[in-house]
Amino acid sequence: MLPLAAGNCLAQNTWICGRYLSTRQGDILAALRQHITLTLVAVVVGLLIAIPVALVVRRWRWSEGPILGFTSVLYTLPSIALFGLLVPFTGLTTRTVEIGLVIYSLVILVRNILAGLDGVPAEVKEAARGMGYSSGRMLLQVELPLALPTIVAGLRIATVSTIALVTVGAVIGNGGLGDLIYDALGSNFKAEVLTASVLCVALAVVADLLLLVLQRSLTPWRRAAR
Amino acid sequence: MAAGGPVSALRETATWLTDGGHWGGGEGIAHRLLEHVGLTVVAVGLAALVAVPLGLWLGHIRRGGTLAINVSNVGRAVPTFAVLVLLAVGPLGIGNTATVVALVLFALPPLLVNAYVGVSEVDRDITESARGMGLSSGQILRSVELPLAAPLLMTGLRIATVQVIATATIAALIGGGGLGRFVVDGFAQHDTGQLVGGALLVALLALAVEALLAVLQRRVDPVRAADRRTPPARTGAPAVQVTSRERP
Repeated sequence: MLPLAAGNCLAQNTWICGRYLSTRQGDILAALRQHITLTLVAVVVGLLIAIPVALVVRRWRWSEGPILGFTSVLYTLPSIALFGLLVPFTGLTTRTVEIGLVIYSLVILVRNILAGLDGVPAEVKEAARGMGYSSGRMLLQVELPLALPTIVAGLRIATVSTIALVTVGAVIGNGGLGDLIYDALGSNFKAEVLTASVLCVALAVVADLLLLVLQRSLTPWRRAAR
Repeated sequence: MAAGGPVSALRETATWLTDGGHWGGGEGIAHRLLEHVGLTVVAVGLAALVAVPLGLWLGHIRRGGTLAINVSNVGRAVPTFAVLVLLAVGPLGIGNTATVVALVLFALPPLLVNAYVGVSEVDRDITESARGMGLSSGQILRSVELPLAAPLLMTGLRIATVQVIATATIAALIGGGGLGRFVVDGFAQHDTGQLVGGALLVALLALAVEALLAVLQRRVDPVRAADRRTPPARTGAPAVQVTSRERP
């Protein structure tokens, strides 16, 4: 181990500090792991709830107003306020952060799934019906595939937004990389703040690119059209 | 905390909210509310001053669209909390300066993008006929494109304002004021009444402002009144990108 020089970057509190990365690797990786876990749970659960909700709205169109209205109201609430409102019911736990994150991704996903399914041209649906497709088969084999680009676009937005929102969970001690930022605030630790922030944005960019690749691979016919 | 479950938590909240002492004074609810509204107005105003003219002009000359949309996407990926702390730990220190700078930064993308899309999406036929009628470029922008872009401008304003209200709430973490102070202190001190009470107040403020701006948006639409039966002649804008926003 190198001897601690008086002028090392930790002591001087510089913005960029390799020593910070090497000595606090464990903390950083743990925070990153929690961040990714929270994001995955929120988006996957959000998607699992959003699909049936979107299908309900399509089946009973009169519910579109109330349901979308209700979700819009939830979306308008500042995240820290939503966490606060959940506290009486779920306490100061990871569950509170997770539920809040699920709600936000849910709102984005319901809208996008609806938009995607509604965007399927009527002629295509008529043709399918004419060929004898049942409703269920049409949904799975015609409508969903055609709606995929819009749905995955929504998934990308939901994921990127969620990654940013996880940081707010730091007020409850469950903020992934946000926890590092919160701690660093208390001690004015510049390297920690910058590292955690950069990692957060990098995570968002990577997730977005991965989903973009997924979108391209699931819709080969769009590439052929070019 | 929350030892008695939701009922006792809600009772504590009611107690906190109805305590007259909490409403007045320099640290009271009324003062914090004014602080919050003040921060919001200043930040949105400053951001609009920069973003709206720029967006309108870019939309008018139909340049820089990719840039505008990319700025908006980047805005979504950057956590507001991180920017606040970066500014606080950095040159600006904790307090209102860092808060306002961060608020302005996050208000810029929705205002810019919506101004751009609002103007650039105006039907080409309309601007062509205006040009044919002899209107100058500036006149077209002012009397044709601007009114038609008004609804999207209002959307941008609405998104930016709600975004700022939300970010201002988190700004309490870096020593700012506003209603977020109650939420943050409530979390820190395990004071359920203050926490939930503050959260409720913030929620109500956000909803009230959103509703108000939604109403204003309806009033500002020049096409809506005449156009109730036929849908507006707009090309398929990526509505998903423009109307969703990054959240703090």
